[in-house]
Amino acid sequence: MGIISAIGNNVAENYASLIAGKRGISRISQIETIHKDEIMVGEITGTNAVLEKQLGFTENEVSRTVLIGCIAADEAISNAGILDINNARTGLISGTTVGGMDKSEQYFYDYFDRPEVRQHITGLHAGDSTKKIATHLGLEESFVTTISTACSSSANAIMLGARMIKSGKLDRAIVGGTDCLSKFTINGFKTLLILSDTYSAPFDEERKGLNLGEAAAYLVLESDALVQKENKKVLGYVTGYGNANDAYHQTASSEHGDGALLAMEKALKTAGMQASDIDYVNAHGTATPNNDLSEGRALIRLFGEKVPEFSSTKAFTGHTLAAAGGVEAVYSVLALQNDTIFPNLNYTTPMKEFALDPITEVTKKPLRNVLSNSFGFGGNCSTLIFSKDKS
Amino acid sequence: MPVYINSIGSVSAQKTFDNSLFLEEIVRYNDTVLEIIAPNYKDYIPPAAARRMAKGIKMSTVSAKTAMIEAGMEEDEIDAIIVGTGLGCIGDSEKFVSDILDNDEQFLTPTRFIQSSHNTVAGQIALGMGCKGHNFTYVHSAISFESAVMDAKMQLENEEAKNILVGGVDELVDHHVNTHRLIGHIKQEPVETMSVLTSGTKGAVFSEGAHFFTLSNEKRSSCYSELLAVETFNTLAEDQVAAKTKSFLSENGMGPDAIDVIILGYNGDVEFDGYYDTLATALFKDTAQVYYKHLSGEFDTASGFGFWLGNKLLKQQRIPDAVRLNSVPANSAQNALIYNQYRGENHSLTLLRKC
Repeated sequence: MGIISAIGNNVAENYASLIAGKRGISRISQIETIHKDEIMVGEITGTNAVLEKQLGFTENEVSRTVLIGCIAADEAISNAGILDINNARTGLISGTTVGGMDKSEQYFYDYFDRPEVRQHITGLHAGDSTKKIATHLGLEESFVTTISTACSSSANAIMLGARMIKSGKLDRAIVGGTDCLSKFTINGFKTLLILSDTYSAPFDEERKGLNLGEAAAYLVLESDALVQKENKKVLGYVTGYGNANDAYHQTASSEHGDGALLAMEKALKTAGMQASDIDYVNAHGTATPNNDLSEGRALIRLFGEKVPEFSSTKAFTGHTLAAAGGVEAVYSVLALQNDTIFPNLNYTTPMKEFALDPITEVTKKPLRNVLSNSFGFGGNCSTLIFSKDKS
Repeated sequence: MPVYINSIGSVSAQKTFDNSLFLEEIVRYNDTVLEIIAPNYKDYIPPAAARRMAKGIKMSTVSAKTAMIEAGMEEDEIDAIIVGTGLGCIGDSEKFVSDILDNDEQFLTPTRFIQSSHNTVAGQIALGMGCKGHNFTYVHSAISFESAVMDAKMQLENEEAKNILVGGVDELVDHHVNTHRLIGHIKQEPVETMSVLTSGTKGAVFSEGAHFFTLSNEKRSSCYSELLAVETFNTLAEDQVAAKTKSFLSENGMGPDAIDVIILGYNGDVEFDGYYDTLATALFKDTAQVYYKHLSGEFDTASGFGFWLGNKLLKQQRIPDAVRLNSVPANSAQNALIYNQYRGENHSLTLLRKC
């Protein structure tokens, strides 16, 4: 697996920050916006110039979404010990919502008299970012697609990869997502009045909204046959997945978390598990009033009195939109590998609607199965279950 | 578990929204961009709701409704909604960007932003039908629609669903057209509909449309075809197209001679039509050949029109003159193969059998 986020440029750095309780939330520095003093974001440290140089792209050749995507995908490929990406039926499935919007908004009016920036015109296609990552990886004559279901995009990419391997359509799937910060999303969430002006506090009574973030994260899923053939070390298993639609409102979650509950139930069913088999929940937990209430209620409906230890890691990274499911998949696997639950930062006051307390300190606990939620606009609800052992 | 296409719905630059017609009359253009022929939206959508809807949502609603009615499908029978779209409701995205720029990030309202989310169409259809099932949106250029079809097929085969609504939609907007003119992806000179193929110029005639289908693992009386296979390739060299097509067919226990009709995505772009020639002039030179983008125009989910055409001609056992590339007859056509690519990338092969 591979990741780049506001709390680190690779898996090891992300893990070190999670363990140290070191958040990546700050004032925005790389985008000029009039909202810069009113919002906090999870920004990746490296500037485009630094990332371009690291990857061998020319100046202003591609969107930041592509740059961070390539960095995370490169790490995932290297971490999985893949020497020839075309030696098995390999697919790339990436989630994104922003795509090349960072460049589209910058050059929207400039395209007409500045030929030197026209390489970004086709970048407005969300799928263009995935195409460029596939080219960077040298993937040829392969299944390459893009999923855009708002903030559950990369969770759905992981789900599709798992389903395709299970159906025998692929031997290997590189799955995850990438989204950079843009004026488009900053202003969009601003109009929805769900951006916090301070550090986001998931599941806290006083929560004021989310911090936007940028990140890319990919995992390499491989079939049993390929793992055996190449004698690979397995980091974890995708044992359960479920997608459901809340069918309630275009942007808000239903009051009682119907879609979230359905997605979690479906995931347990595909995994052949009971709710009691889940040892830790990495919640969607955006810190918006609506999400945390709806998700909390769904957790209570599923687990009853025995809601397992849970936390949202978004106070570390910000809400990285389409990439969030991939980021949190990496964190879920890290949790399994290290038998460690990562803290839900900035939590002090329980919500008045229910008695749910997230984990606020780094906590050691033997973990077998981790459930990860990702919800998005359009009522899209997705749940993944990661396990230490094959079910 | 077999996968059947039980019904179809289309809104395109031709008068395809009425399923009782089959290209008997062709609307001929002489242009570089084509808009859809709009149905009377009032017949499908309450006017108050229609006013708030983006064009892509309106087209999709009509097309989806047409397919649902034709199959006699009740809303609560749909287990999943899967949509492919290159750009989603791009009109709202572009408007939101220009509002940000023109007003220096002030006085913005959320509606544009909300509708600009790529999964707005799939989400709105689910909301309208109260469908809580699997809801995916694929956004990968020319294989957006095929990704959706592939996902649906996998779910039906694995018995994860019984009935799925699958669609492809894209809308045409000014800024997108103007910028794509700058980079030569749209033809410089207008071209007459029946001369698109022989234009000899670079670029394509851009358009828009919405194509929805119900896919089920049980055949209904309205059935059009059985979906045998669909596969996509991110890259494919021109000289590899024939070999890939052969191996795709052999994986499905067929040779090229089993194909009765081949549907090719020719769009009249002199730079990239050669990919189709490799099939038309060799492997399938004695097969009935059809094309359609001169009628539908080119857009990310234009292959949805090709899929519509394949289904229509298998069911009606008739090839309209306007889509014929050659005069080879297709008597009692059983199998149709659809090949599409855009600018040499994102290739797809789809195999249908008469049901």
